[in-house]
Formats: sequence, C-alpha cells, structure tokens
Amino acid sequence: MISLVPRYIFNFIFFVLLQTLILNKIEFSGYINPYLYVLFILTLPFETPGWLLLVLASILGLSIDIFSNTIGMHMAASLLLAFLRPFILMRIAPRDNYELGTLPLPSFYGFPWFFKYSAILVFIHHLFYFIIESFSLQNIIEILLKTTLSTIFTMVIMGVTLLFSYQKKRRI
Amino acid sequence: MRNFLHFLLRHNFTFLFILFEIIAFLLIVTYNQDQRDKYLGSSSKVTGSLYKTINNIDEYLSLKKVNEDLANENAFLRSQMPTSFSQSKDYFTLVGDSTTTNQYKYRSCKVVNNTVRKHFNYITLSKGSKDGIKSDMGVLSNKGIVGIVIQCSDNYSTALSLLNPRLKISAKLKESDFFGSVSWDNKSTQHVILDEIPEHANVNIGDQVITSGYSSTFPEGILIGTVDQVNHPEGESFFRIKVKLSVDFSQLKYVEVVENIYQKQQKQLEEESKQ
Repeated sequence: MISLVPRYIFNFIFFVLLQTLILNKIEFSGYINPYLYVLFILTLPFETPGWLLLVLASILGLSIDIFSNTIGMHMAASLLLAFLRPFILMRIAPRDNYELGTLPLPSFYGFPWFFKYSAILVFIHHLFYFIIESFSLQNIIEILLKTTLSTIFTMVIMGVTLLFSYQKKRRI
Repeated sequence: MRNFLHFLLRHNFTFLFILFEIIAFLLIVTYNQDQRDKYLGSSSKVTGSLYKTINNIDEYLSLKKVNEDLANENAFLRSQMPTSFSQSKDYFTLVGDSTTTNQYKYRSCKVVNNTVRKHFNYITLSKGSKDGIKSDMGVLSNKGIVGIVIQCSDNYSTALSLLNPRLKISAKLKESDFFGSVSWDNKSTQHVILDEIPEHANVNIGDQVITSGYSSTFPEGILIGTVDQVNHPEGESFFRIKVKLSVDFSQLKYVEVVENIYQKQQKQLEEESKQ
C-alpha cells in the first residue's frame, strides 16, 4: 500500500499539469471542456478512507482552481465526485466483490466495468461543475448539452490515457 | 451529547463532505466575480421578496383605512363628473376666488362641416350657445390655431376658418418677438401670409409663428405655423412672409373652443380709450 504513495504523488502532479497546461486550452466552440484530472480520484485504491478521499479531492480541485482562476469551483465539483465514489463503487461491484490489493482500473475489472464506473461519476462531476460555473439553472439545456459533450470527450481522452499506462500498471 | 458525537462520528464522511462543500462555496462566492454577483443578486431577491411579503401583510391590515380613503375619493370624483353638473356636458366651472380663476376655458367640439377649397371657408362645430359657445371665441386644434367662432345657434356654431381672407389674427415670431398679422392669401390651403414684420427683423426659414396674445381671443403662444418663405416687396418696409400652417385643415376632426373670460372687459376698455 505504501509503495503506491510515490506513484499517486506523481499522478497528482501529472494530472494537474496536464489539465492546466494542455486540456484547459482546448475549447471547441465553448462547449467541450474536458476535465481529465478526475481520473486521479477515480483510480485511488478501494481501501482509501473517506476523509482522505475528501481531503485529496479538495486539494486536487483547489490546485486546478488556482491555475485556471476559478477558485472553489473545481474543488466543489471534485468533492462531490469523491463523496459519491464509494456509493457508486458499492452499486456496480462485481458479483464476487472487489479483490484485495486491486485498484479500480480496467486492467483489473475490464473496460466495460470501468466505463460504467467512470461515466457515471464524470457525468455527475461535469454537470455539477457547469452548474456552478453558470451559477443558475436558467439555461439548463445549454448546461446539459455542455456536460454531455464534455463528458464524451473526457471519456475518450481517459481511454487513451489508460491505454498508454495499460502495460505499466499491469506489472503492479 | 454523547449520542450526538456518536451520530457525528458515524456519519463523519457525510459531514466532512458538507463542511468541505461549504468551504468550497464560500471560496466560489468570495473569489469569483460572476458567481458573487449572482449570489448577491439572488440573496437580495430573497430579502426583497421577504420585504414584499411583510408589506403585503401590512397592506392587508390597513385595508380598512384604504377602503375609507378610496370611498371618499370616489365620492369626490363623482361630484366632479359631468353628470353632477346641471348645465351641460362639457361645461365646468373651477371654483376659486377671483385671483385664482382661469382666464381661459376650453370646450372640445367635433367638426361637423368644413370647407377648404372655397374663397371664404367656414367650419361648423357640434356645439352651440346651449353649451356655452359664444361668438368671438377662438378655435384651436391640438396642432395649432384653426379659426374664430362667428355665429351660434342652440346646438351648432360656425367659425371663420383661418383659410378665409376675412380673418386676421395677430401673430408674432417666436424667436424675435416681432409681431404682425396673419391672413390667408387665397392660394394654398397649407399656407398663410404673415404681414407687417419690419424689414430689420431677423427672419429665418423654419422659425415658429405663434399667436401674440394681443387679441382678446387667443391665449399667447399658440402655434400657427413655421416660416416657409421670406419675401421683401420693393418699396415696402415690411416683410411678406409665407407661413406653412401646422394644422392640416383638410383633416380637421376635433377642435377645442377657447373662451377668454376677460374678453368683454378688455374689449370694452379698448373701445372706451379709443373715444
């Protein structure tokens, strides 16, 4: 378990830099804003205690916020994601539950499972973020459209990222 | 207390989440201009609606007094309605002492008959001596001067139209205050001639021509028209100014008859001093 810590520290820095330096620059007609950094929270070990999950999520969100000048917004959204993660994991657990020493990754539980797991949480995260961003429910249609498109885009990038790290993670 | 702590500990995940979310939202409304504006706006909306509700309740409690006031006002207005006067429909008197009475009274009339293409044009109005119309009263429309009443029957009256060479009206230039007289030259139904403006006057095209108030018929400052063309006949020391009428006489529908209460006084005095 302890051996995972440096890797997650690396992951944290990697995702913050990737998000703020590259992905935040992508804005297809203002509707597609992928937020890949949530993958960090999604891939935390199953045994992560709740408080640590929330603390990590808020630190991650706040660091993204500081770089993209949206103090508190990503923090609130990723906190919700971290809060809902255990419930979603419980809901979509495989028949013989999660094995000890495994991580929530497609290399352990397969792509369909991971897709279901991440799609739900990413959608909720994006929806919450875009609602906070507009801070009103008046143009909910636009928010939903933005959420859907961005979620699809995030999922695609997420798949590519995971394919790259597929081999490496298998060795753990 | 112990139970409460237990409760907190059991749901520490949820409470921690709520605490963090509150911090996040505080950060959002403190550091993001857009969200802060919306937050402050909606919170003022909340306080605003609260005040409105309190106000509504307050209004309801004071309904009795409001009703009384309204009833009083109703009675007052009813007493001012035309039907509560014994004389005629549009006749009304303003009560007051001699220093505050109106000098001019207006009565609205409908134009019953009107000619513009004859040599001497007359207008027939729908009100007569029954309604308080007398000869020598002025006739106006909302755009300007129309003519002067010359004869009255019980229910109708006839007026000299401004398009009648027999009518001469004292007029002046609004800008420079030089006065002269306006009369029709029998040519165009849209123009009259302003005479007797001295040649040293500064007249520009587009200047307004208004009533002078020297005649006892019209109040001062009622529009007649605008200067259209300035001629200076040779050997004369006066301008001959073509004035474009502000009133379209071929479309006259409703007019007002103006009564000068002090007309008789003024005329009498002027007659006496002439002798």
